[in-house]
Amino acid sequence: MHESLPILSALIFFPLGAAFLLMFMRGGDWTYRSFTLIVGIIECLIALPLIFGFQLDNPPPYQFVERMAWIPQWGLEYHLAVDGMSLLMIILSVALLPLCVLCSWTYIGKRVKEFHVNLLIMTAACVGIFAAMDFILFYIFWEAMLIPMYLLIAVWGGPERRYASIKFFLYTLAGSVLLLVAIIAFNYVGSTFQIPELTAMAGEGKFSESFQLWTFLAMSLAFAIKVPMFPFHTWLPAAHVQAPSAGSVLLASVLLKMGAYGFLRFSLPLCPQGSIEMAPIMIAISIASIIYGGFVALGQNDVKKLIAYSSVAHMGFVTLGIFMFHQQGGEGAIMVMLNHGIVTGALFMMVGAIYERSHSREIFDNMGLGKYLPAFMGFFGIFALSSFGFPGMNSFVGEALVLIGAFDSNLWWGFLCIPGAMLAAAYMLRLGLKMAWGEPPSPAGKNWADLNVREWVYLTPLAFLVFYIGLAPGLTMRVVTPSIEKVLEGFPDSGTMDGRTIVNLQEEHRQGLGEAMAEDGLTLSSAE
Amino acid sequence: MQHYQLDKCLPELYLLAVIAILLIQSVVRTQNDDSAAKNTNWVPWAAFIGIGVSLFSMGDEGVLFYAAYKVDALSQFFKLAISVGFFITTLNGLKPPAIKRTNRPDYFLFLGLSCWGLMLLSSAVELITIYVALEIASYSLYAVIPLRANDRRAAEAGIKYIMFGAVTTAIALYGFSYILATQHTSYIAELTAMDWSLAANPMAAVGLLFFMFGMMFKLAMFPFHWWCPDVYEGTANETAAFAATLPKLGAIVILVRLATLLKPDLEITMILAIFGAISMTLGNFAALAQKDVKRMLGYSSIAHAGYVVLGLVSGTQYGLAAASFYALIYLLMNLTCFWVICRIARDGENVTLSGLDGLYRREPVMAFVLAVSAFALVGLPPTAGFIGKLFLLNAAWEVGQYHWLVVVAVVNTAIAIYYYLSLVRHAYTHDGEPKAAKETVSLANLVWGGIFAGVLLILGAVPSSVFEWAMTAGKQLLP
Repeated sequence: MHESLPILSALIFFPLGAAFLLMFMRGGDWTYRSFTLIVGIIECLIALPLIFGFQLDNPPPYQFVERMAWIPQWGLEYHLAVDGMSLLMIILSVALLPLCVLCSWTYIGKRVKEFHVNLLIMTAACVGIFAAMDFILFYIFWEAMLIPMYLLIAVWGGPERRYASIKFFLYTLAGSVLLLVAIIAFNYVGSTFQIPELTAMAGEGKFSESFQLWTFLAMSLAFAIKVPMFPFHTWLPAAHVQAPSAGSVLLASVLLKMGAYGFLRFSLPLCPQGSIEMAPIMIAISIASIIYGGFVALGQNDVKKLIAYSSVAHMGFVTLGIFMFHQQGGEGAIMVMLNHGIVTGALFMMVGAIYERSHSREIFDNMGLGKYLPAFMGFFGIFALSSFGFPGMNSFVGEALVLIGAFDSNLWWGFLCIPGAMLAAAYMLRLGLKMAWGEPPSPAGKNWADLNVREWVYLTPLAFLVFYIGLAPGLTMRVVTPSIEKVLEGFPDSGTMDGRTIVNLQEEHRQGLGEAMAEDGLTLSSAE
Repeated sequence: MQHYQLDKCLPELYLLAVIAILLIQSVVRTQNDDSAAKNTNWVPWAAFIGIGVSLFSMGDEGVLFYAAYKVDALSQFFKLAISVGFFITTLNGLKPPAIKRTNRPDYFLFLGLSCWGLMLLSSAVELITIYVALEIASYSLYAVIPLRANDRRAAEAGIKYIMFGAVTTAIALYGFSYILATQHTSYIAELTAMDWSLAANPMAAVGLLFFMFGMMFKLAMFPFHWWCPDVYEGTANETAAFAATLPKLGAIVILVRLATLLKPDLEITMILAIFGAISMTLGNFAALAQKDVKRMLGYSSIAHAGYVVLGLVSGTQYGLAAASFYALIYLLMNLTCFWVICRIARDGENVTLSGLDGLYRREPVMAFVLAVSAFALVGLPPTAGFIGKLFLLNAAWEVGQYHWLVVVAVVNTAIAIYYYLSLVRHAYTHDGEPKAAKETVSLANLVWGGIFAGVLLILGAVPSSVFEWAMTAGKQLLP
């Protein structure tokens, strides 16, 4: 149907080509910025057919397939396709490009051209990661993405940028080298690098249990570092704090999702038995991430660090959702991924915006904003409320689903998550409280300008999404559900729990969601 | 059988003609230093045509000189690689600041002779021929290494290279005598059929190992790696670029040919694998502490020698093809890196890591080229370095015994990233002194640097057609 239009390739190569052009471009900083902005908008337009052409009813497992020989000697193919979860992630990555350009418009003052070249390459690599259906092609994008991200932190970052960037690079690279071994091992056993074929083989039980266990461990190290899960998270606060705000946005919104995506695309489908065996450990460290991230966030005085640790907690919900092998849990995981991308991205943009005014990321240097910067604080409030899962806003949907899944699978998991959810409210309200009320510590704070047009432009769509997904998650859910069903196919007690069918489950959870929202005086307006 | 089909040896003959002209230039006596007789600006052009000649004779096949000399896909692939390497090194060494102008014809003469020896080496399929070709390739290098005006380190480097070289070639010759004594032949084609296990034929196995020591020396592989960092550091930058790359090709081609004897379960193969593992680990760890870029690259090349072993021990056509392909990639990425170093060091001094500070501002193109070559050397996608390493890892995994070697190799990638990244870090994130406004790297040199970086990226994206040549070679060696 869509073979004639290589949209995915266009999404990858258009920013790459633009980056190449930009390298040789001459002109002022304004030219580079507006060029990249236009490229970003065109990139979003290119992605539109992806959204409208995506088949929602009886979707084939993979859509927009592009496939051709690449390195035939080793059986490598240039193979791109999307399913529900990768579609959402691709749209998120693409949509962030123009927003990142806008939020760095005045933030980035030096080496503007190179900065935007990096942004463009980064976008291309992100789309590639989510679209690649050849394991090696995936790995290439996965690793290639490190280079622009490293440069974003190392060149445009804060005072500790060299330390943070190297830590980021070493952690993620060290994790992913074993992923390469796992990929090679899969090729050895399955004699193909194609993910759909390998997934099918795993479904037929072609991989032995010990093989699955080893490959699961090798792959999951890479993904767990990227997510990051509790013991492997230390690179994240360093990188987040030092990165420029566009870098933080990309880190939070896209990079962390790659790890979770890796779990969903590779660890679970390719090693179902390995996953089941390791699930208790993964769930334990997920819950540890939720609680640990929450507690540490509570003690932070640096706004960026606080949001960074809150990311650890949120991503803990994602991995918890994934490793329960539970339909709602899995859907919730993807919803948290998407919503965390929107909300945390927005929060980082706002921190960047206030940093431009106060030149400090300390909470105590940014007090009293409610009085002097009402619009700013209004937006900040929206995103902060959404971040801890306030009903009616987008993060609530995902977290509620994960919690439903957790209580449904095992009462204890659910109970253990509750303090995490409460902690989220505590640290976010503390942050919001301090920033909204009080008096600015310096008299200059009273004269800071409120949001300008540019800031309105990049914050409004995100705020819109916060409410849209929060109130009408139906469309997004319909995109996600089939891919989760597919991921959980091989798992005994998941999709058809207690003999119930997926459709029933969906109906049930939609009702459940409606009830939960009705309690808060909100209605669920389905997009269907 | 026709023994003297000289039309099959066009690349060698062409290079010999170039050498002959250089020899004349070298012996001409001149009054003044600027004499036209000593002008060597034509050499890169000649070398460029040499690439064309090698491309033209791609696909030639034949057995010459009483089966001692074989023109096949492997030899032609390596001759092409050597031609490319010779072209880049001559272009790189066009005006070496550390070498007197009147010495330039001699300089190129020795480099050319060394390349010529390497070309013979890539076609040699008989142990004595291999030995003779190896010596041709080495002797001229012995002369070139100390050529660095007024630098005692160069003399030290030269002596180290000669001493180590002499000892290892002696060991290799000793090993050869064992092989000849037990297997009664020196033709690789016949040796392939023999049993090389330690149990069946201990003397022959030891002999083969000793013979391979000669190659390991050239390759700077553990346990014959000690010369490498010192020689790189001591010799002129341009010479280091040559010594770091081309002789390695000669060693790899012979090891690829000898690898047809190495079944994966042989003791020698296991020893080779262990040496490879130690080589990469040791090279990478030692490189972490280096401040001098050339010295660091010296240790890095020890590590790279270890990676090549992955292809050699696999004993499959894929493994041999991957090793040959990696040799080409290794050549390109190292020469690209040295290209930047030679351009930055205008007076021929050694470049330290802090000397790279602020390179992005002084020379943005050079900084980019350096970054590409550094990422290629780590083996990060989307560069050719990744593809080359991927092929090696993939080939080695096919053989059950060497899974551990694959794991060692990838873990080493994670170690290596730190020091390669420090090249990028210094070039991009340190500002350096604001003194020098701009360095004067000529436009042509920038363009060439850009082309080399582009080749590394393109070979990383679409390697299949070049790899097909290597694959043909692999198929011919192990049908």
